[in-house]
Amino acid sequence: MFSPSAAAFYALAAMVLMGATGVALARNLLHAALCLLSTLVGTAGLYLFMGADFLGVAQLLVYGGGILVLLLFAVLFTARTDEARLSSRGRGRERFLRGLTLLAAGAASLALAVLITRAPFPLTEPVAAPTTARLGDAFLREYLLPFQLSSLVLLTALIGAMRLSRPAPQAP
Amino acid sequence: MIGLSHFLVVSAVLFVLGLLTIATRRNAVGRLMGVALLVNAAGINLVAFSHYGHGTLTGQIFTLFILLGAASQTMLAVAIIHAVGAQPPDAGALIKGP
Repeated sequence: MFSPSAAAFYALAAMVLMGATGVALARNLLHAALCLLSTLVGTAGLYLFMGADFLGVAQLLVYGGGILVLLLFAVLFTARTDEARLSSRGRGRERFLRGLTLLAAGAASLALAVLITRAPFPLTEPVAAPTTARLGDAFLREYLLPFQLSSLVLLTALIGAMRLSRPAPQAP
Repeated sequence: MIGLSHFLVVSAVLFVLGLLTIATRRNAVGRLMGVALLVNAAGINLVAFSHYGHGTLTGQIFTLFILLGAASQTMLAVAIIHAVGAQPPDAGALIKGP
């Protein structure tokens, strides 16, 4: 029926999309964060599928290990994780708007899928080779300036986050 | 045979789901999760074109830069949410400064 690589792709795609559906529709924010984990791991798997080995591992470390934990902390720090409460008077209109948004999302996905499958792309035969050494070379040669600037961006964000989360200094 | 368009469809649906999350969530953290979905969709797109289109690494390099931007953006957003949530009556002071 399916070749093994096709089966792997469909399993990873299902993991990504089911997780994303959970993120979009789960009532409880904690459940949404756990669904986000499935999406992130599936995306890392898709990267590995496309031969981007370093990127897949970096995705797992940065997203799965860093960003997701940060989001989970944010969810747990905010007291209300339940979003189900709607005001009683606008309930019917609320539900109608929600259905309309879901319908628009489905139509947009369908239109994009049709567009993508019809569009002609100039393709070359993909090659699978280890990428880590070539990535390191590229970062230290042609992308040296963006690489250094990105470290400055990270430092600035770090200092900004520390300044923001510190309690405001008391005026003497 | 799995080709470029398969990955593009996955990325398009992921992007739409991210937009849906941003549109329907009320909570700032929930919207941040939607932004994470959008960033992932963009990354899949870039890596797919880099793999099937040219055979060069440019898409992967840009995805790494995107990863970095997403990390610093999430860090700052969580810090802002924490700072605003810690002092609800006077959230304006955060913008105006001490």
